[in-house]
Amino acid sequence: SIHPSIYPSIHLSIYLSNDPNVLQRSMVEEGSTLVRRMEICVAEAEKRSGKNAVNMQETFTVYLIETRCFAICISSCLTSAVHEFTSAFSPDSLWRRYSEFELLRNYLLVTYPYIVVPPLPEKRAEFVWHKLSADNMDPDFVERRRIGLENFLLRVASHPVLSNDKILHHFLTEEHGWKEVVYETGFQAKADSRIRALSATFRVRNPDKRFMEMKHYSDQLQSHTSQLLRARARVADRLYGVYKVHGNYGRVFSEWSAIEKEMGDGLQSAGHHMDAYAASIDDILEEEEHYADQLKEYLFYAEALRAVCRKHELTQFELEMASQDLISKKQQHEELATGIVRTFSFKGMTNKLFGQEAPEQREARIKLLEELIAEGEDTVKEKTVECEEHVERAWVDMQRFKEQKDKDLREALINYAVMQISMCKKVEKSISAPELFGA
Amino acid sequence: MSVGTPRGLASSGQKPIAEILHPLSAAEEPLSVTVNLGGDKEAGLTNGTPVETSSPASTSSLFNRLQLDDDLEADVRDPYAETTETRDLFVTVSDPKKHVSTMETYITYRVSTKTTRVEFDLPEYCVWRRYQDFDWLRTKLEDSQPTHLIPPLPEKFVMKGVVDRFSEEFVETRMKALDKFLKRIADHPVLSFNPHLNAFLTAKDLNKRQGLALLTKVGESVKYVAGGYKLRARPAEFCAMGEYLDTFNQKLGTIDRIAQRILKEQSEYLTELREYGTVYSSWVGLEDELRRPLEGVAGCVTTCCGALEDLGENMSQDFLPVLREYVLYVESMKNVLRKRDQSQAEYEARLEAAILRKQEDRSPMPVEVEKCQDKVECFNADLKADWERWQSNKRQDFKQLLTGMADKNINHYEKCQAAWESLITLLQDKQTEDKTSETN
Repeated sequence: SIHPSIYPSIHLSIYLSNDPNVLQRSMVEEGSTLVRRMEICVAEAEKRSGKNAVNMQETFTVYLIETRCFAICISSCLTSAVHEFTSAFSPDSLWRRYSEFELLRNYLLVTYPYIVVPPLPEKRAEFVWHKLSADNMDPDFVERRRIGLENFLLRVASHPVLSNDKILHHFLTEEHGWKEVVYETGFQAKADSRIRALSATFRVRNPDKRFMEMKHYSDQLQSHTSQLLRARARVADRLYGVYKVHGNYGRVFSEWSAIEKEMGDGLQSAGHHMDAYAASIDDILEEEEHYADQLKEYLFYAEALRAVCRKHELTQFELEMASQDLISKKQQHEELATGIVRTFSFKGMTNKLFGQEAPEQREARIKLLEELIAEGEDTVKEKTVECEEHVERAWVDMQRFKEQKDKDLREALINYAVMQISMCKKVEKSISAPELFGA
Repeated sequence: MSVGTPRGLASSGQKPIAEILHPLSAAEEPLSVTVNLGGDKEAGLTNGTPVETSSPASTSSLFNRLQLDDDLEADVRDPYAETTETRDLFVTVSDPKKHVSTMETYITYRVSTKTTRVEFDLPEYCVWRRYQDFDWLRTKLEDSQPTHLIPPLPEKFVMKGVVDRFSEEFVETRMKALDKFLKRIADHPVLSFNPHLNAFLTAKDLNKRQGLALLTKVGESVKYVAGGYKLRARPAEFCAMGEYLDTFNQKLGTIDRIAQRILKEQSEYLTELREYGTVYSSWVGLEDELRRPLEGVAGCVTTCCGALEDLGENMSQDFLPVLREYVLYVESMKNVLRKRDQSQAEYEARLEAAILRKQEDRSPMPVEVEKCQDKVECFNADLKADWERWQSNKRQDFKQLLTGMADKNINHYEKCQAAWESLITLLQDKQTEDKTSETN
């Protein structure tokens, strides 16, 4: 009898730990009176070296996942507050590499085909502008990846459906043997067929209009975000050029100041400002990479959205195929039973031309068909349920996704504006330094 | 200089002015001059207005004036500021007009003059001049005042097909440079009294044939010197000037190249930035909730593009021309230094010849040698004064230029900042608007 407005079904709160590099957020499970809260963060990244699957030495990066559980007891009184016990537990932690995150995600994709599964940060650096390293070992890349992985975990852990998954909990708490547990679920087989289905072409007669629109939207979203990322990278490249050329002024002003008497100091200072200006672009563009990462997340999210729509197409197609198959079997049955041929068929023709089969054979065939029809009806029932369930659940999640996307991208755009403002302010400050030429 | 105290100056009262005139000065002007003897400081020479009419070519008054100028330079950082209250000659170049005739098309500029000087019959003048006329004036000044630094004109030749001679931008830039040219001359205590300037500012039709007689004179003296006597010892200060000019010129060239490179990079950046803005715009149609922020960002990017365009224009129209003007100035100055060297060489040649002759027949030092020595000394004095003036103007010009560019840059970023800030305000207002409508 707890009033539902005391806690919303999804609750995200942000704590800043003592370590400024660690952003901790928490998730809350829906509907339980004993609310379990787990704080998750990807705290560090480290280089490791070891033997890979083909027994060759390789270097890779591992990421430290820290989790901490809290127990909260909610009193039964309607208006009373939530009592929170902070556990004295020290955080659990374990190391995972990127490929394990990939495995987790693939498992989720297969197991929850009606969910728009949060994406991982990119496997390789794309949309690079010239100076940005495309090297996976580059510390800036690793740092951005660490943030991206944490973001992925937080999104998954705060999802109303995904957050309950056992494999996810395992991933967060059991370092060893996790892979085996995942494989034991047998998801791999489904994964292969999923990939095939995603790229297959088939014609669906009656897809849900909303899903077709959503699929179209996901294509557009992908197109716009990737266009934007490309354009942004080009802009960054050019801006870098502008700033760096200004740096050339530094040296010539300094040389010029050497031959001047009264103007010397002013010129020197102008030269220094030029150097500082030229150097400032590195930080500016590094910061902008975070904006690019936000865009990339939705570029990849668009793919996930598309996959959900495709799954609908697939289930709808299978339903249609099953229905079609059932209809044709029923027709065959009818033909055999009544001798009336409704539709043209070669078999029918050859039968007429070359004589019909013996009555026992006909009986056997009718019986077989009846069995197949019964099976077919079950299949159609199954497929209908599968299709409807998918539509229902997917529609809910797509709505949730839309709201999240609108909120996140709006925030990203505002943050971009804030970044631009701070950059303008920095430059203004550096140019208008009072010692430039003296007052 | 090997010679000790200057000799044979008018201040000694020994010789009439007319005979000590520089051989290259215009012989056409009869001089009715009274000279301020003894360097009287209250002669009102600081503002360039002599107490009585005099041609600036008179060496004595010139010397006096220079001496005063030298004293003043020590106190006054900015000669312009000092002379503003006492300036009595104001010229402006404005109103470019296209003049079309069957033979040719060209631009004429209005040259307006306001003055209280007695050398001018009227207090105000308004004439129309074309570039050729300015070029004529400059040549005349160079020839009649070879010891002085004449300000440069903007480039004479433009590649047809590369630069549009009649484009608003080009004409505007050229006009500003011509205006500067005349203003500099008008502010010069010696050049502003040149009769050619007077003619330029007042005559309805410039009679440019006057130049011919002059050219032959120039040719003569050049021939004389080209006979080749090497300079014994150039005074250190002029060597220093030469070195300074060489280095300065080099730096100007480098800065010009960097500025052009920046313009190029900025233009390429601008192209990409415009494209970037359109990507946001094209996304708008796909979204509903995100429409406003996307439109907003597209709008800000467009504003920044406009601001960047303006900045580029400023650089081409205000920054680069000044650099180029000083490159031309350096060339002029080097020319004057060369002429000074020639003058000194001539003197030394005559002196050596005279000394040899003296040894032979014990005749007194000929007048020509003394004249030459005076010439050299005047030249040196004029040059030093002009150099100081030039240095001071240069400091001011570059201070103005660089702070001007810095201001334009700040302006640019302020414009961009304002655009982004108003976007945030807009979006935040929308947010509170939505929230209140939700709760209602």
